[in-house]
Amino acid sequence: MSYIKKPRVHHPGLTRNRLGLTRRDYEGTMSTLCAGCGHDSITAAIIEAFWELEIAPHEVAKTSGIGCSGKTPTYFLKEAHGFNGVHGRMPSITTGAHAANRELVCIGVSGDGDSLSIGMGQFAHVVRRNVDMLYIIENNGVYGLTKGQFSASADVGSTAKRGQVNREHPIDSVLLGLNLGAGFVARSFSGDKEQLVPIIKAGLRHRGFALIDVISPCVTFNDHRGSTKSYQYTRDNYNQLVYADFVPPAEEIATSIEAGDMRSVQMHDGSRIAFRKVPEDYDPTDRDQVYSYIRGRQRAGEVATGLLYVEPAPRNAVDAVDFHGIQGTVDEPLTTYPFEELCPGAEKLEKLQKRFQ
Amino acid sequence: MAVDNRLSAIGGDAPPASTNGERPAARVNDLAFKIGTVNGTGSASANGLLRSAIFRMGIPVSGKNLFPSNIQGLPTWYEIRANADGHTARTARFDMVVAMNPATYQRDVKEVTPGGWVMYDSTWPLPRELDRDDVTFLGIPLAKMTVDNFKGSRVRILMKNICYVGALAALLKMDIEIVRGLLNETFAAKAKLLDANQLAISLGYEYALEHFECPLPVHLETMDGNRDSIVIDGNTAAALGCVYAGATVAAWYPITPSTSLVDAFTGFCHQFRKDPETGRHRFAIIQAEDELAAAGMVIGAAWAGARAFTSTSGAGLSLMSEFIGLAYYAEVPSVFFDVQRVGPSTGMPTRTQQGDIQFAAYASHGDTRHIVIFPANPHECFEMAVEAFDLAERFQTPVFVLTDLDIGMNDWVIPKLEWDDSYRPDRGKVLTAEELEAATGPFHRYLDVDGDGIPWRTLPGVHPNGAYLTRGSGHDRFGNYTEDSEPYADVLARVGRKIDGAAPHLPAPEIRLRDGATIGLVTIGGCRGAVLEAVDELAERGVEADYMRVRAFPFHPDVEPFLAAHEVNFVIEQNRDGQLRKLLIAETDAEKDALVSIRYYGGYPMSCHHVMDGLASHIDIGTPPGSRESAALGAAPHGAAQ
Repeated sequence: MSYIKKPRVHHPGLTRNRLGLTRRDYEGTMSTLCAGCGHDSITAAIIEAFWELEIAPHEVAKTSGIGCSGKTPTYFLKEAHGFNGVHGRMPSITTGAHAANRELVCIGVSGDGDSLSIGMGQFAHVVRRNVDMLYIIENNGVYGLTKGQFSASADVGSTAKRGQVNREHPIDSVLLGLNLGAGFVARSFSGDKEQLVPIIKAGLRHRGFALIDVISPCVTFNDHRGSTKSYQYTRDNYNQLVYADFVPPAEEIATSIEAGDMRSVQMHDGSRIAFRKVPEDYDPTDRDQVYSYIRGRQRAGEVATGLLYVEPAPRNAVDAVDFHGIQGTVDEPLTTYPFEELCPGAEKLEKLQKRFQ
Repeated sequence: MAVDNRLSAIGGDAPPASTNGERPAARVNDLAFKIGTVNGTGSASANGLLRSAIFRMGIPVSGKNLFPSNIQGLPTWYEIRANADGHTARTARFDMVVAMNPATYQRDVKEVTPGGWVMYDSTWPLPRELDRDDVTFLGIPLAKMTVDNFKGSRVRILMKNICYVGALAALLKMDIEIVRGLLNETFAAKAKLLDANQLAISLGYEYALEHFECPLPVHLETMDGNRDSIVIDGNTAAALGCVYAGATVAAWYPITPSTSLVDAFTGFCHQFRKDPETGRHRFAIIQAEDELAAAGMVIGAAWAGARAFTSTSGAGLSLMSEFIGLAYYAEVPSVFFDVQRVGPSTGMPTRTQQGDIQFAAYASHGDTRHIVIFPANPHECFEMAVEAFDLAERFQTPVFVLTDLDIGMNDWVIPKLEWDDSYRPDRGKVLTAEELEAATGPFHRYLDVDGDGIPWRTLPGVHPNGAYLTRGSGHDRFGNYTEDSEPYADVLARVGRKIDGAAPHLPAPEIRLRDGATIGLVTIGGCRGAVLEAVDELAERGVEADYMRVRAFPFHPDVEPFLAAHEVNFVIEQNRDGQLRKLLIAETDAEKDALVSIRYYGGYPMSCHHVMDGLASHIDIGTPPGSRESAALGAAPHGAAQ
């Protein structure tokens, strides 16, 4: 925990994006998490991704539940509205906000306890509804704020700091997300910023629900031998299965990538995901194959990471059903409709009431 | 006045004991009858036809559906009360029972007032044990008639219902042309069905004319009591209010008896809110995974700037209470309709009660206190729905609209709804992009700039200067996280003042004073009709009573003076614990002993006799005008009360 306040003065030499904003403009207040917490690295990656994508901070709605992950929206995008709601209920708050104003760029930050235990129902249903948001699970396998109880993502056989062994089966958010129909599923590691930033960028640009589960070690309660969510364990068993770059609409795919290795997936806004390296027998657009591949890696004791699955931009409108597609909502945010266009008025009320006579 | 201040709880629903078995004298436009059928047999449309026809005859009427929590096969009843004086609260005094369900014959026959009538299907003989010599049995071979005239079992079942409508039309002297006209409207596009229905009406009508002395002495006559009225249920009216208030987001989870509110909202939105060119929606209605999520969606949408609401019943409100506390403390305007049903727990899902009054007033943990408004009928459902959104945004807090199953799902005759086109929503204190751009200092979400306890708020996506983090955790007046005593208490105290300050702006109580009144009758919500009827009946018996119906919590400043002006106030409500009375004791300076509780909580709408019986157990309620003489001779002053 740090007690110093961030200086408000910006170094004149800081690089600015096309909005004229530096990375500092995408920061929030100083983190109060433990020194070395994986969550702070994810916050840094989020800041980098928003800066690179040149999204105006005030167009963003950042939401969270309760727990260490719930605190993190304070640490990025201070010029964005944030909502730190109640435990496990971030999805419903975000769904409501997105329903009201579809132009908001929604990012929800959750944890393994917040999403896979108390909030499992809401997590499942926000996937089903295909709410246009980026959903990050900061996954450390424990309840940190209440001092180290196992969470639902703890692996069988992993030990708690005080030595207890977990015997209950874990819930894997990536497999769950695939199962429930998420169109964008990724897993990453807080210690791998190079991998994480492009995934966050792609997730923010994906139209519909994008899930990124980030292994984010808890340095205080779950970074010991016997934990499968420690820095050491993750590094030892880390499998960068998929290398992917996010390519904005106007840019060419970098030439340094060997053409033979590269596949590209078109996104809704014209940007592309360029897969630099994937195993030969792996197709990141084939949901069933991805599912069984990840299960295979898990059985081998590996943590498969990367942008594991992405649904290509649909060919027809029927497939393109994100939340507002399902709802059949107008393009303009509902919040921008003038009252005069929402209220039918006295004459129609008079006419309507003939039905009740 | 000598008053017994012990609480009298009335859990039963027994009709007043009969005094004699004499045939009633001719009585016009003052009758009640009930129809016992099996749910899932299509009787609802036949019963609705009866109710609509009486309405069109200009007679004030109500239709109450007593239905089971079941899809098909269980007993269901429909009660119709027509009364020229406008007393259309539920009555337990039935002049006639239409007994169409053999499974409930025994119970149904028992419920007829002595001297009344039982209509039954005489295709099969009536079991002998049901015989009563103080009522008249009207047997009509309905099943035989439908078998002889219609093909197909489903059609026969449906037409049997229409046949009894025809028979009732003759017996009660209903305007047959009105009945036929209603059928013409309903089946305008379905000629085949229209013919069948018209035939069924004729079969019943003509059979009755031929076999019985029509009309019965208790019958209907066309009058002019409904010229500017409509028949509507409270859920439909509330939904219409939401449309007119400009609500764009509804999130909900299906639950009886509130489901039809969102169903109606959906219908009206499709009618009024589609983009005329693209057909796309200017609304979002989300069927959530549970009530927790529904509440969260409403709060998220309201936070983003939409007028958003949910509709639920007690069990759902319990699940929402965590989010209710968040909306209270984080000050997010949101509207919750609670169409109350019988609790606790699952209770009786298809029966009515006012059991959530106390819960709604203080829902959620910690120090919370909410604005709650209490419509009495569909007319107020419409008006208060609009008002709820204004109050929620003005005071930046959750607002509860507490109706109940009787108001929400039953048919009420109410004055036509009116709309003032000059109405504009009160969005409360919201800073615009221009105001934020021009701001000279930083924006602080929870700062009491104006001294009224209501801070300014900003919406996401509008301007960088308006950003803040909404949180349910401890926060100071600037919106920052805090665990420090004073900054926390400062905000919580200010939120408390804000809600206190709302009281005078909430709906004032409905008060009716009478000369020479010695007692006060205090009530709430859907008890209105029964209590007003009791006021009239008391006056006829020589007892004058003042009347007050509380319409909002925190209590309006007019509430306490009424209580103080009466040595004794009877607080009449539909729950076991006297929840309104408890709130009045806790939140006003009224003397506990001056508030006497009268309760009925058996699940049916409150009737006048519940009020009279309750009063009779405490005070002398006089004697009916007709029996003054016997009273003077020393008859028991408590009359028929239990």
